[in-house]
Amino acid sequence: MRETPLPVIAVIVLLLAVLPLLTTSNVTLNFLTFAIIITLAAQGWNLLGGYGGQFSFGHAAFFGTGAYAMALLQVRLGINPWLALPIAAALGGVVGWAVGYLSFRAKLRGSYFALVTLAFAEVFRILANAWGFTGGAAGILIPLRIDIANFQFADKRLLYWLALAIVAAALLLTHSIGRSRFGAHLVAVRENEDAAKALGVDVLAVKLKAITLSGALTAISGCLYAQKFLYIDASIAYGPWISVEALLAPIIGGLGTVLGPLVGAVALLGLGELTKQALQNFAGGALPGIDLMLYGVLLIICVAFAPKGIMGIVARLRSAKTGGAA
Amino acid sequence: MFKADIILAALANGLMTGAVYALIALGLTLVYGVLHIINFAHGATLTAAMFAVFVAHSAFKLDPYIAVFFLTPLFFALGYALQRFVINPSSHGDDSNILLVTLGLSIIIENALLAVFRSDTRSIDVPYGFSVVEVGGLFLSTPKLIAFAASFVVAGLLWLLLARTDTGKAIRAVAKEKTGAALAGIDVDHVYAVTFGLGAACLAIAACLLMPTYLVNARSGNAFVLVAFTIVVLGGMGSILGALLGGLIIGVVESLSGLFLGESLGQIGIFLIFILVLLFRPTGLFGARA
Repeated sequence: MRETPLPVIAVIVLLLAVLPLLTTSNVTLNFLTFAIIITLAAQGWNLLGGYGGQFSFGHAAFFGTGAYAMALLQVRLGINPWLALPIAAALGGVVGWAVGYLSFRAKLRGSYFALVTLAFAEVFRILANAWGFTGGAAGILIPLRIDIANFQFADKRLLYWLALAIVAAALLLTHSIGRSRFGAHLVAVRENEDAAKALGVDVLAVKLKAITLSGALTAISGCLYAQKFLYIDASIAYGPWISVEALLAPIIGGLGTVLGPLVGAVALLGLGELTKQALQNFAGGALPGIDLMLYGVLLIICVAFAPKGIMGIVARLRSAKTGGAA
Repeated sequence: MFKADIILAALANGLMTGAVYALIALGLTLVYGVLHIINFAHGATLTAAMFAVFVAHSAFKLDPYIAVFFLTPLFFALGYALQRFVINPSSHGDDSNILLVTLGLSIIIENALLAVFRSDTRSIDVPYGFSVVEVGGLFLSTPKLIAFAASFVVAGLLWLLLARTDTGKAIRAVAKEKTGAALAGIDVDHVYAVTFGLGAACLAIAACLLMPTYLVNARSGNAFVLVAFTIVVLGGMGSILGALLGGLIIGVVESLSGLFLGESLGQIGIFLIFILVLLFRPTGLFGARA
């Protein structure tokens, strides 16, 4: 598949940036902010899973580390959130590196890697749920003090634009990785690890670099989540829901593509929201879990019929239009 | 320090729970041994089976020990159909696709149960739920003792099926060399589906054995399935004996670490074993070297 050109990425980011100016609806803004935060986690997953072919089922481990670090650094240690953000991102990178070092050195691949990441996320969840420092089962509340210096904005659009700027930076990062030597190595590892090794690629180093970056990106997503809702607990921060969404968005959007996670997250969450609304209007009440059920169906349909996701479908339509010269 | 009889009771309890864990792990290890994939929908299927026991009891007044004779064939058919008509056609034979499809199935089943039964926790009320028998000075819960014995019977039957019947021979042939088996005239897709069906049938039996003493909600299966993964990894992927011994070990570890560390941290012991085994001996205690 051809790489998405930079001007296209710029136009899409600009469009997303002006959207809040066109509507005053709080619901729309909340939805967009949430979708952009999830996009960031999905971009982290995509770097490791889409480009590197290592499917993690436990990205909650990184998301939760980011969210808890952001909250605890502020509440327990009194550190300014603007400073807490890079620290939390670095911690996410460290956790990513540690999980990667342990599992890649033990040569875990495929379903074994998926399993061990799942288990790491569960261990973190149980620990955060049991430990007093993290607030235990009651979770942790970030006190409401609206001030830009305090990373809490009177105008909610600011948080959205900030998140969007970070997503845009991540898009640029992914784009440049896709064209770099590191990106080529990563794809080589995905396609055939043994062949990559035989050609002199340092497989372990490449995978470690990918999972470290992936962990850091997903941790930033956790930070933004914590600042948006000002409350987290173990089953939010380290719960399986975020592992699933971080993985679903890139798969539905397009594995190993620059725009895949963004397209996937917006499509997925949009569809989930519409279903919930439709059920509320026509079936006279919400059914819990119905949006997640739909995600599961989409995942299977995607694997069965559209292995390259929405981006793959777009590429196919475009090449059909231009006479099949893909 | 704890008195010896408390530790002994915890040990016995752990062994009894461990036997049911082993039964759950058997289904997982069988599917892994034959298809070489991890079925991530295993936990959700167990939850579904537990709810089926609940419905059979509350709507049809069926005792779980009678329901087992209806639910086992039903879940066999369900597992067979899932593999044959959903997992196999949609994954195009690619391992990472199977991983994702079974994950998708688990999300669907779990949330369908959540939509139907809400997040309430359900249990069934049977007259023997709290009855105990005295064995060598220890008072053991009767339903748990029955579960312990039944798990071994089922494991034995499964072993007989694999070792002595033509179906078992076909399953073992496909597990070893699927191209060769196909050339010898074995319908590989059918054998895959049968294996999946057997895995689901194990879960139906486990659910019937569990429900007299356990509660169920839409997320119950998750707790069991990570335990089952641990057992399968510990015992060696695809090994029946490994699953049995692994189940007993994990049951005891859980029970003892619950006693010493407290309920909420008790599960940590299991996950640590899981991570350690995966990292340092991914082939397990009884698995062949990869």
